Amino acid sequence: MTFNHLKKLESESIYIIREVAAEFTNPVMLYSIGKDSSVMLHLAIKAFAPNKIPFKLLHVDTTWKFKEMIKFRDQTIKEKNLDLIVHINQEGVNNKVGPITHGSKTHTDIMKTQSLKQALNKYKFDAAFGGARRDEEKSRAKERIFSFRDTNHRWDPKNQKPELWNLFNTKISTNESVRIFPLSNWTEVDVWQYIYQENIPIVPLYFAAKRPVINRDDMLIMVDDNRLEIKKGEKIEEKLIRFRTLGCYPLTGAVESKASSIEEIIIELLESKHSERQGRLIDSDQIGSMEIKKQDGYF
Amino acid sequence: MDLKKFFINQNSKKQLKILTCGSVDDGKSTLIGRLLFDSKSIYSDQISQTKFESEKYGTQGKEIDLALLIDGLQAEREQGITIDVAYRYFETEKCKFIIADTPGHQEYTRNMATGASNSDIGIVLIDATKGILDQTRRHAFILSLLGVNHIVIAVNKMDLLNYDKKNFDNIVHLFEKLSKNFNFLSKRYIPMSALIGDNVFSKSKKMPWYADETLISILESFDIDKSSIGEEFSMPIQWVNRSSSDFRGYSGTISSGKININDEITVVSSGEKAKVRKILTPDGNAEFSFENQAVTISLDKEIDISRGDIITTDLDKIKIADQFSAHLIWMHKDNMLPERNYIFRFINSYINGKVTNLEYKININSYEKIAAKSLELNDIAYCKIALSKPTFFKSYIQNNQLGSFVIIDQFNNLTVGAGMIDFELRRSSNISWHDMTIDKKKRSTLNSQKPCALWFTGLSGSGKSTIANILEQKLHQLNKRTYLLDGDNIRHGLNKDLGFTDADRVENIRRVAEVSKLMTDAGLITLISFISPFKSERRMARDLFDTNEFIEIFVDTPIEECEKRDPKGLYKKARSGKLKNFTGIDSDYEIPLTPEIKLKTVSKKPEVLADEILNYMKKNNII
Repeated sequence: MTFNHLKKLESESIYIIREVAAEFTNPVMLYSIGKDSSVMLHLAIKAFAPNKIPFKLLHVDTTWKFKEMIKFRDQTIKEKNLDLIVHINQEGVNNKVGPITHGSKTHTDIMKTQSLKQALNKYKFDAAFGGARRDEEKSRAKERIFSFRDTNHRWDPKNQKPELWNLFNTKISTNESVRIFPLSNWTEVDVWQYIYQENIPIVPLYFAAKRPVINRDDMLIMVDDNRLEIKKGEKIEEKLIRFRTLGCYPLTGAVESKASSIEEIIIELLESKHSERQGRLIDSDQIGSMEIKKQDGYF
Repeated sequence: MDLKKFFINQNSKKQLKILTCGSVDDGKSTLIGRLLFDSKSIYSDQISQTKFESEKYGTQGKEIDLALLIDGLQAEREQGITIDVAYRYFETEKCKFIIADTPGHQEYTRNMATGASNSDIGIVLIDATKGILDQTRRHAFILSLLGVNHIVIAVNKMDLLNYDKKNFDNIVHLFEKLSKNFNFLSKRYIPMSALIGDNVFSKSKKMPWYADETLISILESFDIDKSSIGEEFSMPIQWVNRSSSDFRGYSGTISSGKININDEITVVSSGEKAKVRKILTPDGNAEFSFENQAVTISLDKEIDISRGDIITTDLDKIKIADQFSAHLIWMHKDNMLPERNYIFRFINSYINGKVTNLEYKININSYEKIAAKSLELNDIAYCKIALSKPTFFKSYIQNNQLGSFVIIDQFNNLTVGAGMIDFELRRSSNISWHDMTIDKKKRSTLNSQKPCALWFTGLSGSGKSTIANILEQKLHQLNKRTYLLDGDNIRHGLNKDLGFTDADRVENIRRVAEVSKLMTDAGLITLISFISPFKSERRMARDLFDTNEFIEIFVDTPIEECEKRDPKGLYKKARSGKLKNFTGIDSDYEIPLTPEIKLKTVSKKPEVLADEILNYMKKNNII
């Protein structure tokens, strides 16, 4: 008997998730509410069915996520009877850190990277699942499925353990931890196809709808609440848009699209390969910057 | 686009994992670039970026230089990051491909073995203008060793030789000859030009003499899923699924065969049997399941099963032993030394063990077998391995999940090696341990003393033997039965065949540790005075003894002081180069971090230091 591609990926991911639960004392699943997180969570539920998943979920909330994301998160947790920890960097909140006032870099560092480290230290997690894929970013293509972090949560790309067969080395020294990426071998199309096939719920923001946006620095930014100050010359328009990735709303550009179902999203995705993708020029700085962020403890 | 057709097609796609073997010069980057480009896996903005760079840096005039596309992804070059494997993804109408891309320059064996361990197909790239090189022999060997059974020999750069058939035929002939002892299931040869795209995705018009298919068609046609129908069902237990609810199931990924509801399975470790009641697959409850599926199985009765066990329908197909022979690939810059303890990682367990016999190393260019005493980074060898307890396995050729292991350093937890099991050694079951009626406890009662091992470690000239000698006298006066094992003395007899290389030092300590264990077992207070420079061997010695029986005494004398004392004139000799491998000079001494006793010797009399040990022994109720 042979499996098709998706079945193989599914079994591989379930194997990885079970391995972590079996070998680590205190694992946690980083839940970012996005489509990859939804797939990862779906696989974890399958891995331990009919029982509950034997670890908690952690959402590092920057306080700037789309309202619909938070609503979707709370609904998912309730429906699936999961244990969720929400962590917010209180120090950042006290200092009123935000993407508009402090810029993307500082905001991400304090509210996401530092906040994640705080949470991992606070709860003493020795293993954390993440939904990253190797095809999404260049520094990830060379990252292991079991990616080790030192005491300061830093990633050392020069010092990675070789991964042979499915024999993952889960031995860590005191205070070290591991990030595990069960979706490493999935591509973006695989993820969408699986969502379609398995009927996995995702945040509605992925589907096209009329939403209020402004055009800022050539990005369509959705006006999600009144914290987004409308500058002179900017005007709020209702546009048919959707999001390809989800993050903090003032930092996430929408695309104009009519794709209102998963089928249509997949078609759009496949067709985008053949056309010029407007406004996403490859920024070579970005390659390095992700690596630097990771070395710093970001995801 | 017809969506229905699209999804049916997507769902019928099989997954192929491919390893490309070759260095930049063979056109490997160009080939991978070509595969991504022709399969339209690259976004147009990446293409325009590459076009722009091609005009600037490329080697192909106005044409797009596909190598730059891949090299551009390898930003690690500028950043000085050496990676072992990067993964790239593309798909065709029939298949989804995962390419393991291993840079060819450094640490080649380690990198390639890592990539090969998870690949179904190997592409061996040969530069037609250069023919078969050492590295081709290397690639063929590693692919065969790791059990990559399907290979394509891609004779590249045919465009530079006017697409001449003779060159191609010659390479085919030579490769057939060199690979005659390898058991590849399928081997296909293809003349091509990755640069121009000849015979990659589309058939070349320049080589009418080549009647076979394109590279992509050949790759798509491989039947990589070896049918396990007829094989027994086996599944290592990964996770026991139970909670407050009534359900109790055993989770794992099936390693061979098919399982049906009502089949009878046996737990290999206990021999207990039970019938399968339910099979829970990722798609829900099922009547049956088969190889590679991640399932949870519940049984008709409660039996004792835990992670580390394996269940099977045919006990005879699973081997159990604590000794076996295996091929080993060493992956770390610290050498592998026989008799040193390492952690062995099997499919669902970690077991301590060591290499007992290093049979030979293999030169991967000439395939010669070479005698060896230790293994260096990238060495491949055949050896015997002994574990501290038995494990289940199959030979690697039969099943690469159940026949493989990785080796982990017990101190820093790094992955230092990998291995493939050949067969079990029966020795372990023939020599069983005889339990004697008179045991250590009885002997020590008669002696009215608690036996123990006092292990002195420290640099040459640090004062180990002097202190040990005085301590033994004091113990003797207290009517204690003792024996002193001294490094120099032992080297005159038991260990006179050993020198001072790292491998010999390990064996030296192993023998002494075993002897002192026997002495302790005989009821004696044993004093052992050896430099014993490596923490691994001190740990190995410690592991032989019961808790609290092994007392490590670090005689902490700075090297300057030892050199000043130099009672045997050895430091002088070592400094002048007359003595090689001298600890502290050109051989390491690894300082004990948590010894039971640490003696600072400078400006202290040996008698005082011996009393310090006596005090420790009194405080811990040894004397």
